[in-house]
Amino acid sequence: MGLDIFKNKGVPLAKQKFSWRDLVQTPTSKLDDDAFTRVRVILMNGLESEALRFSHACARMNRDLQLPLARVRRIEQHQQTMVNWLLPADLSPLETTLAFEQVAIEVTASVAQREPDDYLAQVYRFGLLEDFDHLYRFSALYDRIAGGDANNIIQSYSDIMPGRPTSVEHRDPTDDLREHYDRNTAEPLTKLHAVTIMAAENQTHDYYMTIGPMFADPVARQLYAEIASIEEQHTTQYESIIDANETWIEKWLMHEAMEVYNYMGCSQYETNPRIKAIWDRFLDYELGQLHFVMELFEEVENRDPAEILPASLPEPIEYRSHREFVRETLSNEVDLRASGTAFVNKEEEPERSLDYREQMNSEGSPSETVAAGYRWMPGTELTAEEFAKGKGA
Amino acid sequence: MKNTGTQIALADGNRTGIQTSPELAQELIDGAIAAIPSSEGGPEGLAEYRGEYIAEGFPVGSLPSLPFAQEAEANDEAIGMAVLRDKLSERLAFERMGTRLYETLINKVEIMGESSPGPTLTELQQIRDEEMEHFLLLNRSITELGGDPTVQSPCADVTGVASLGILQVLTDPRTSVTQCLQAMLTAELTDNDGWQLLINLADTLGYPELVKDFQTALEHEEEHLVNVRGWLTELVLAKVELL
Repeated sequence: MGLDIFKNKGVPLAKQKFSWRDLVQTPTSKLDDDAFTRVRVILMNGLESEALRFSHACARMNRDLQLPLARVRRIEQHQQTMVNWLLPADLSPLETTLAFEQVAIEVTASVAQREPDDYLAQVYRFGLLEDFDHLYRFSALYDRIAGGDANNIIQSYSDIMPGRPTSVEHRDPTDDLREHYDRNTAEPLTKLHAVTIMAAENQTHDYYMTIGPMFADPVARQLYAEIASIEEQHTTQYESIIDANETWIEKWLMHEAMEVYNYMGCSQYETNPRIKAIWDRFLDYELGQLHFVMELFEEVENRDPAEILPASLPEPIEYRSHREFVRETLSNEVDLRASGTAFVNKEEEPERSLDYREQMNSEGSPSETVAAGYRWMPGTELTAEEFAKGKGA
Repeated sequence: MKNTGTQIALADGNRTGIQTSPELAQELIDGAIAAIPSSEGGPEGLAEYRGEYIAEGFPVGSLPSLPFAQEAEANDEAIGMAVLRDKLSERLAFERMGTRLYETLINKVEIMGESSPGPTLTELQQIRDEEMEHFLLLNRSITELGGDPTVQSPCADVTGVASLGILQVLTDPRTSVTQCLQAMLTAELTDNDGWQLLINLADTLGYPELVKDFQTALEHEEEHLVNVRGWLTELVLAKVELL
């Protein structure tokens, strides 16, 4: 039975306290922690980042809500810090990138399979194959410039092979917007999914934009420039599936519910007891914040939160390998493209996107260059000869 | 503060030193002397902060085939094998990255042209090929010992972190061949000592075949070090026309 978010009130805001020492815990282990612990840390950092982003946008448009937003946002800021700082310093920016793409693949795959709306499930599968390709490109970069084996990060949970090639993902903005769910009729899970994935992609974009210039290698700089552009496209796509007619407080309520939903899922799946304790603590905090916003919702909109929130939360995201589903999607849909809000075969892709792509790729394609002829193998490409002789791992 | 002709000549060059702007510098110095720190004490506070985390005792990660929680109870043979695999993994990671680093240096010399003094492409290619051989040797050695050569051991991880700066220098299109050789000198010095340590370890644990193979690798590395040091020295001295 799912969590009853009306009965469980969590911890009141006044008791959601931190200290700097509290915020900075010993991080997770790059070597010993399960890859899905890292996936959860990255996802929740992304969701907290979205909480802040949304809160600021809402504050800019709603003077009367600025103080309650600021109160909750202060807590979310510190939650984000504690979560994000669980990433260890020996996880390099490029290794963190690999982990980010694994988040995109496995979380989107879980969402796509559970999504009640068929059209939106297709949207998720469409984006999935593109993030899947990004993992392949970044793995090639890691191998070819740093001599690194991406599977040290991926832990064999996700495939490392071409998806829908990054070089053909560049689209005119018209072809990035999708149909949105109807706020009055969509299932709660649809709404939870949409905010989750939008948040994850927005964070990925912001991360690549931050670290791109930290690489000395111009090949890396170009690849990050290219893939960051796609992540902006993905953010645009996922943002567009959310009903813009939702009121600000309605959106705020969904954001809090989404955070409750995801901390619940993290707690359920977490294998590291020290990290699970953080998920549990923040689940209680988010429940407290949710109830704070529920009261505001009643006060400001004179509506019952039960109109839009489910009595009991659905089953959470499944933190496991979705290899079979991803391969099946790849086999069936790699040649899909977008035409406005519809998905079409590649022959039907509009000229505007073809023209845009041609322009962006006009001086070469970083993603094609980096991964030209690349096949991931255990111990890196340098073991190719040994691998062929059957002497590899 | 002196204001010399050199400073005037440098004014359009490197701006990082305090002598770049004597008047501004004096204002800065005077202001800093007049300002009062917001708390008393000294830098020892940093050590205290770090100390708390160090005292928690979390490792980077477990040794290959020996979870951290089991280390205290492990017998000598298990510890010996785990330590050996940790250092083999470290060396493997280093040689693998080293191969890519030399490929990057070759790329740079190809574009900028060979110079005399300086390495030839043939010489760099030979070093690259030997690093690759060493990587494959370590790959085989770990496998033959029953280990997984794809494991990133704690020492491999830490060495990777330490090497990130070298990678940044080599892949930066703005760095000169000389600057790259300076970075590679760090790598070769580390490599030489790393192989020597592996030889001692293999010898201590009773793996004579490994000792023999690693001695050959060390001989190569000693040549690499001599070469890299020599090119670097010659290039720097040539710049001041002392050669």
